Amino acid sequence: MRDFLRSNRREVIALAVLVALLAVYLGTHPRGMSTYVMTIWANQCLILALAAIAQFFAVIVRGIDLSVGAVMALTNTLASHVLGGTGIELIGGAGLVLLVGVLCGLINGALVVFGRIQPIVVTLATASIFVGLALILRPTPGGQINYDLADAMTLDVLGIPTALIIAAMVIGLFWVPLRRTGLGLGLYAIGSSEQAAFQSGLQVRIVRMASFGLGGLFAGLAGLYFSFVTTTGDAGIATNFTLNSIAAVVLGGVALRGGVGSVIGAFAGAFILKTISALMFFSGLPPLAQPLVEGLVLAGAIAIGGAEILRVRNRLEVFAR
Amino acid sequence: MTPNDPPIVRLKGVTKRYGATCALNDVDFACHPGEIHAVLGENGAGKSTLMKIISGVIPPTEGAIYLDGTETTLASPRDAVARGLVCMFQELSLVPDLSVRENLLLGAPGSGLGRLPKTAIARAQQVLAQIDGRHISMRARVADLSLAERQQVEIAKALARNPRLLILDEATSALNASVVDKVFDLIRAESARGVGVLFISHRFHEIEALADKISVFRNGSHVDTFANGAHDYSAIIGKMVGQRIDDLFPPKSPADPDAETVLQLEGFGWGEALQDVNITLRKGSIVGLGGLDGQGQAHVLHGLFGVLKNTSGRIVLEGRDLALSSPKQAKQPDIGIALLPEDRKTEALVLQQSIRANMQLAALGTDGVRASDPALYQPYLDALELKYATLDQPVGQLSGGNQQKVALTKWLALKPRCLLLADPTRGIDVKTKTQIYGLLRQLADAGTAILLLSTDYEEFIHLCDETHIFYDGRVVRHLQGDEVTANNILSAALNMPATEMGAEVAHA
Repeated sequence: MRDFLRSNRREVIALAVLVALLAVYLGTHPRGMSTYVMTIWANQCLILALAAIAQFFAVIVRGIDLSVGAVMALTNTLASHVLGGTGIELIGGAGLVLLVGVLCGLINGALVVFGRIQPIVVTLATASIFVGLALILRPTPGGQINYDLADAMTLDVLGIPTALIIAAMVIGLFWVPLRRTGLGLGLYAIGSSEQAAFQSGLQVRIVRMASFGLGGLFAGLAGLYFSFVTTTGDAGIATNFTLNSIAAVVLGGVALRGGVGSVIGAFAGAFILKTISALMFFSGLPPLAQPLVEGLVLAGAIAIGGAEILRVRNRLEVFAR
Repeated sequence: MTPNDPPIVRLKGVTKRYGATCALNDVDFACHPGEIHAVLGENGAGKSTLMKIISGVIPPTEGAIYLDGTETTLASPRDAVARGLVCMFQELSLVPDLSVRENLLLGAPGSGLGRLPKTAIARAQQVLAQIDGRHISMRARVADLSLAERQQVEIAKALARNPRLLILDEATSALNASVVDKVFDLIRAESARGVGVLFISHRFHEIEALADKISVFRNGSHVDTFANGAHDYSAIIGKMVGQRIDDLFPPKSPADPDAETVLQLEGFGWGEALQDVNITLRKGSIVGLGGLDGQGQAHVLHGLFGVLKNTSGRIVLEGRDLALSSPKQAKQPDIGIALLPEDRKTEALVLQQSIRANMQLAALGTDGVRASDPALYQPYLDALELKYATLDQPVGQLSGGNQQKVALTKWLALKPRCLLLADPTRGIDVKTKTQIYGLLRQLADAGTAILLLSTDYEEFIHLCDETHIFYDGRVVRHLQGDEVTANNILSAALNMPATEMGAEVAHA
């Protein structure tokens, strides 16, 4: 048990912070803990959580993805065109949306792996392209999503918010099994020491491509879920979600230097960030002061993660980090 | 396992060049099944390059690789492992943030991107148990293990891959003698099963105990291969050393043992990595720091330049005790210490910036020096004959030798009392070397105290007045005058007692 806590301390800390924040939130909310309150909260959290997972797949291999929000915008605007029908059309439409997400990720990956360009530069460029496409699809917010589908994904099942069930499924049915495969292991190996991974016989390029592909898939899922929650398409959401996805992975204990962290941490980070925003709403703080307080919380969390630098004995090692 | 069997691996005419430097030159080499083959050579002789080529990490520039008599291209380490060529690397190939178990699974034979086969774990645990590694938890993070434990895991990882050719590059450098014996038992057992073993070590007694055959490399060339026991230590060292011209070096001035002391280290140390170092640096003398790579000599320079935290012992500069906390403090005129770092391209220079900007970097922020004054630099540029188009040219466009001249000028412009040099002539052409040697001697004669870390022992013999040889974080020998010979330096670096060397020569 102690071993488990030690090796997963980042996730444990993040989850503890989340539980504390959630307790405060539900305690201060005028309507207290109810399915309605929980559902609204969980929906907002899950959108960011999916974006944070997309960011996680870039950061874990020592990269960063500035196009997460842009892919969301593109997939969201696409969804507002193709998810208005019924039945089989909806399945095809959702599949198309996710396929576009994966393609965006693979384009990023190909430019990074075969073009040998840094991820930050590649995704800065592709982000503009994806947002541009989103604006062509939906110059002003609008369109529609099938209400039955949207309700099914964003309300509750027997009092449990559907968003939380989806979150549990992503962790239990996707992340835990993935972590035990060669691909899951390879993601960490590349982020921690690409040379050691290569010398151990890992297919570094394929793993890196797969990582970007998965990132695209989750950005697509985030865009899709955003469509279900808002039932419109909006090309203007990119920047906000990109920045928040980075903040969320950092809060969730994913190291920006790569190789450390988990999808569970990314989830926790996203939920923490959204819970803080929700708390602000009911806190009575003037709205103009809220970004300041949010920023202070984030800065504090990052400072804790960087505290180990104080233990460096060779000052030159600071530069190697 | 008859001699007629084709070798597991054979290199024919293999050359590896990195830009202008030639790491391996037209090498022919072979390793047969069931043979334990030791590879010897000094630092930079090409051993590690050879191992990297055989294990698929780097491709040769020229030449061919034959596996079992068939010409083959090794596309990647994965390809090499699939063909049974397994290397345990000197720079550890373990991923620090993953657990022991995950590292053993990483890239194991039969593993793709999907499900991981667990067979490798059982075999690795068996190996670990045999080499005193039973206590290493499969769940422990590799970054939390000691260096010795990491090496044990590396060995287990390599053996769990069912090698046909096992390559051990300094595999046992951090292990203690009893564990080493157990590792050797394992290697002998593997070899008896018909596995070929390539073994790099700097410990002669290990090679004597283990090897069937010995190959010697020097300056990227394969010098000789012979059966273990065919030559004694001094003959082998002679092959490693070779003969070199020595008119590269300026004539030495007679050392003055009574010259004023500039800098003194007393019981200087830094944690486990450096212990109890005593060095006296006199005005006008060049003192060498030698030894194999990473024995602590670099920590002396870093400690003197204010880079290390929590050093122990005393640094005394002209009678004053120093507590250095940054390079900025060390370079101020009241202290006057300068360090030419080891890696020219990343530590010494900003390659994209101009020659002028690079030269001014050290002077900026130094009290009483006007960095923009060209007169600070010109004398050294002239003395070193820097070849350049304009001073506004980016340093990255210069040749390696000329880059080093800029890096030297940058520090010499501050007129340091004490100049620390980390391998200043590594990978530099002969002409520039001569110029640098000449300038260092002039500076010494003019009263600068110089501490020279080097991997080229010719520099200790012909340039330095005295030399300290490091092993495992300590000074093992202090060589002066006639004692400074290639054999003494090399035997001290390998931590063999000088008497043993003498005895070997005597009964040869």
